[in-house]
Amino acid sequence: MTNSHLEVRNLSKRFGDFIALGDISLDVAEGEFVCFLGPSGCGKTTLLRAIAGLEPQSSGTIRQKGRDVSALPPAKRDFGIVFQSYALFPNLTVTDNVGYGLVSRRRKRAEIVRRVDELLALVGLPDSGPKYPAQLSGGQQQRVALARALATSPGLLLLDEPLSALDARVRLRLRHEIKALQRRLGVTTIMVTHDQEEALTMADRIVVMNAGAIEQVGTPQEIYRRPATAFVADFVGSMNFLSGKLAAADRVRVNGHEFSCPLQDGLAPGTAVRLCIRPEDVRVRDLPSDVVNRVTVEVAELDFVGAFCRATLRIANAADVAVTADFSSNLIRDLGIEPGRQLDVALPPDRLRVFAA
Amino acid sequence: MSIAAAVRLRTTRLSLSGDELAMRAGVVVLALVLLVIVGLPLWSLLAKGFEDRDGRFVGLANYLAYFSTPALFDSALNSFHVAAATTLIVVPLAFFFAYALTRTVLPARWLFQGISLIPIFAPSLLPGLALVYLFGNQGFFKGLLGGPIYGFDGILIAQVFYCFPHATLILVTALATADARLYEAADALGASKIRVFFTVTLPGAKYGLISAALVVFTLVITDFGIAKVIGGNFNVLATDVYKQVIGQQNFSMGAVVGMVLLAPAALAFVVDRLVQRKQVALLTARAVPLIPRPKLGRDAFFIAFCTLVSVGILAILGMAAWGSLIKYWPYNLSLTLDNYDFAKVDANGWDSYFNSLEMAAGAALFGTALMFVGAWLNEKTRDFFLMRGIVQLLAFLPMAVPGLVLGLGYIFFFNAPGNPLNFLYATMAILVINAVAHFYTVGHLTATTALKQIDPEFESVSASLKVPVWRTFARVIVPICLPAILDIAIYLFVNAMTTVSSVIFLYAPDTKLASVAALNIEEAGQTAAAAALCIVIVVTSASVKALHVLSDRFLLGQLQAWRRR
Repeated sequence: MTNSHLEVRNLSKRFGDFIALGDISLDVAEGEFVCFLGPSGCGKTTLLRAIAGLEPQSSGTIRQKGRDVSALPPAKRDFGIVFQSYALFPNLTVTDNVGYGLVSRRRKRAEIVRRVDELLALVGLPDSGPKYPAQLSGGQQQRVALARALATSPGLLLLDEPLSALDARVRLRLRHEIKALQRRLGVTTIMVTHDQEEALTMADRIVVMNAGAIEQVGTPQEIYRRPATAFVADFVGSMNFLSGKLAAADRVRVNGHEFSCPLQDGLAPGTAVRLCIRPEDVRVRDLPSDVVNRVTVEVAELDFVGAFCRATLRIANAADVAVTADFSSNLIRDLGIEPGRQLDVALPPDRLRVFAA
Repeated sequence: MSIAAAVRLRTTRLSLSGDELAMRAGVVVLALVLLVIVGLPLWSLLAKGFEDRDGRFVGLANYLAYFSTPALFDSALNSFHVAAATTLIVVPLAFFFAYALTRTVLPARWLFQGISLIPIFAPSLLPGLALVYLFGNQGFFKGLLGGPIYGFDGILIAQVFYCFPHATLILVTALATADARLYEAADALGASKIRVFFTVTLPGAKYGLISAALVVFTLVITDFGIAKVIGGNFNVLATDVYKQVIGQQNFSMGAVVGMVLLAPAALAFVVDRLVQRKQVALLTARAVPLIPRPKLGRDAFFIAFCTLVSVGILAILGMAAWGSLIKYWPYNLSLTLDNYDFAKVDANGWDSYFNSLEMAAGAALFGTALMFVGAWLNEKTRDFFLMRGIVQLLAFLPMAVPGLVLGLGYIFFFNAPGNPLNFLYATMAILVINAVAHFYTVGHLTATTALKQIDPEFESVSASLKVPVWRTFARVIVPICLPAILDIAIYLFVNAMTTVSSVIFLYAPDTKLASVAALNIEEAGQTAAAAALCIVIVVTSASVKALHVLSDRFLLGQLQAWRRR
C-alpha cells in the first residue's frame, strides 16, 4: 500500500504457552478509521497495546510511516490514546488535563491556552475548562480524554473500547461525534471494540479477530454482506445456520430440500456445509411464481422485538430445520402472519453464504 | 513454519527510554539502600550467632549452649505462654469491640474508637507503670490480687492494654466490609440471628481474626518495655536479649536469643501472608454496604461493653497521668508538676524528649520520602523483575523482624571496625535509619496499596503525551496519594516516638530518646518521673494524630477540591 500509515508484519504475542496473537499482518492507510472487532480475549486489545508499545510483541515488526517502531518504548512512538476508563487525572482541571502534553513541549503559555480552548470547542465542551473530571458526566469525561489525546496532534489515534463504560444513549451520540471529528481531522484511527454495531457504523474498515488471529478485513458492507468465515458470519449480525451437504458446485441439500447458492469453487460436492442467510434476507412478499429457493414453512413462534418481529419458521416436511426471519409490523398485518400459519418464503441465492461445516 | 515455532523464535525487547533507565537505576539504588539498612544488619546478626566472644567461628556451639541452659530455654516457654494467653483474651475482646463499632448503632462511635486507639500512642512501658501504681508493692489495690503483680499476671494485663488497638483496627477493617445483601438473603431464608452470626458474620471476618491473632501474638513475643517494667523475675525472650547484651556483654548469646526471638515472629508473618493470599475480595463493586439498624437490646449490651472497655483503657492511662502528678506515692498524694522536671532524675533532662522529637520527625520525613518514592519506583518500573523482586522481599522483611533483633543487628553491622559506615554509629542518623528500617513494611504497603488504586493507564497516557514520568509523579501521583503519604508520615512519627525495643541498643548519651529515658528512670526507681515522661510522649503523639485527623478533614478538603463531586 502506497499511503500506508501503519504496517504490521508477522506480529505474535504469547503469555507462557498461551498465544494471544499469532502471526498478525495488517496495513492501515493514512487517515483511515479501522476497528478491531472481536469477542473478549480475541487479542484485539493486545494488538492495540503492541502498536502503542505498552505491551511489546513477542516477535514481528511494526512500521509507522515507514519508520520501524517495533522496539521503541511508548514515549518514542507517535500516538494519542483514549482508554475505556478515561484515565483523566482527577486532581487536574479539564484545562490542565487537555494541556498536559503541551506543557512539557515547552510551548508558550498563550499558545497552550489557545490550543486547549480550540480542542475543548472541538469536542463540544467550551466552558468546562475550570471543572474537575469528577464534576463531569461519563460522556463529557470521555470527550476530555479525546481532546487530551488529540492535543499534541498525534499521527495515530488509538481508542481502547472508548464507549463501553457509557450508557446506551450517550454511546450512540458519541459514536457520531467521534466519527465526524475523525473525518474532519483526518487522523489515522484504530478503535478496539467488542460492539459490532459500533464497528459497523464508525469504521472505514473492520478487522474481525478471533483467538489471536485475523478472521477477515473489510469494509462494514463487505463484513456484513460477505463474511469470509463462519465465525464472522456468526459474530457480526444475526445469522441462520442450516446444516447440509454440497450437492453440486452451486447447490446445497438441507434435509431433503435443495437450495441453489453462489458457486462454490473451493468445496468438493458431498462436503458437509453450513448454509447461511440473515433473518432480514428471507423474502415473503410478492414472490414470483418461478422464484428460486421457494420453500413452504410454518410459523412456529413470533417474538415481538419492537420495530419488527422475529419469526421462527419451520420448513414443511423438515420440521427440525428452523429459520428465523425478521418481519416488519406492516408485513405481519398485511399477510396476517400468526403462529401456526403456513406460508411460502424464498431464500434469495445471492444472499446465501456457504461455509464448510 | 508453525505459528508456535515462529513465536518461539525470539522475543522483542523494547529499547529503554531515558525515563525508564532512570527508574531502573532508582530501583537498584533502593535495593542497595534496603540491603544496607535491613539485609546486611540481619546477616551480621545471623553470623554473630555462630561466633564466640572473640569472633571465631564456633558452629552451633552457641545454639547448643542456649538450648541446654534451662534458664534461657524457660524464657522461650514463658514468652510463648504469655503471648498465647494475651491473644486468647485480646482477640475476642477486640472482636466484640469492633463488632460494636461497625455493626451496631453506637452513640458517640468516634469517641469509643478514639479511646480504643489511645494505647498506640503510648510507649509499652506505660501500662506497666500504671499497674505498678495500681497493684504494685505500694499499689492502691494491692490486696485485690492474690499475689504480686510482678510477673505473668502483670505482663498479661499490660499486654492486653497494649495490643488491644492493634487487634481492633484489623477487625474493624474486616467487619466494615460487609455486603448487606448477604444478610438480607439470610433473613429471607429464615435463618436465626445466631445462625447468621456463625454462617455470615464470622466467616466474613475469618481472615481478620487470624491476622489479628498473629499480630497480637507477635507483638507480645517481641515487646520489651512491659516485661522490663513489670516482669519481675518472670523472664521472657525479649528481656533475655537485653540482659545478655547490656548486662553480660555476651553479644554472641544475644544474637542467638535474637534468632530464637525472630523465629516465632517470622513464622507468624509467613502464616499471615499465606492466609492473606487466600482472601479474595468479599466486597465486590456491586455489593450493598451494610448499615446497622437500631435494635434496643443488642445496642444497649454493646454500649455497656464498650463503656467498660473504654473505662479500663482510660483507667490505666489516667492512673499513669495521676501518678505522674503526685508528690510522693503513696504517702503524700498532693499534686505537683515536679515530676516533669526530668533534670532531677536524669542528666539529659528534657533533652531526651527533644531527641525523640528530632528522631521521629526525621524518620517521618526521610522515611516517608524513601517509602513512597521506593514503592512508586517498584510499582511502575516496567519488567526488571529480578531487581523488583529483591526490593519487594527486603521491604517485607522488617515486618517479620522484632525491633530488638534489628537493633542488635545494627550494632553488629554498623559497629564492625571495617565498615565504612561506622561513622554513623552512636549518631542521631543511625536512630533515624533504624526507625525507618524497622517500620518500613507498613509504609511500603500503604504506599503500594494507594498506588495500585490509581488507574494503571495514567503512565500509558503520559508516555503517549511524551510527558516525563517524574512530572506525572509530581503533578498527579503525589497529589492523589497525599492522604496515604500523610498516613505513612504519621505512622512513622508515632511509632518512632513510642518505640523502645528497636533503639535500646543504639542510643549514645547525647542521643538518648524519651522512651529509653523513661525506662532508665523507672529502673532507677523514679516511677513518677517515668510516668510523667510516658505521658509527655502520649500527649505528643496523640496530638500529632489529632492534627492529622483535623487536617485530613479540613485542610485536604480545601487544598484538594477535586476530591469533591
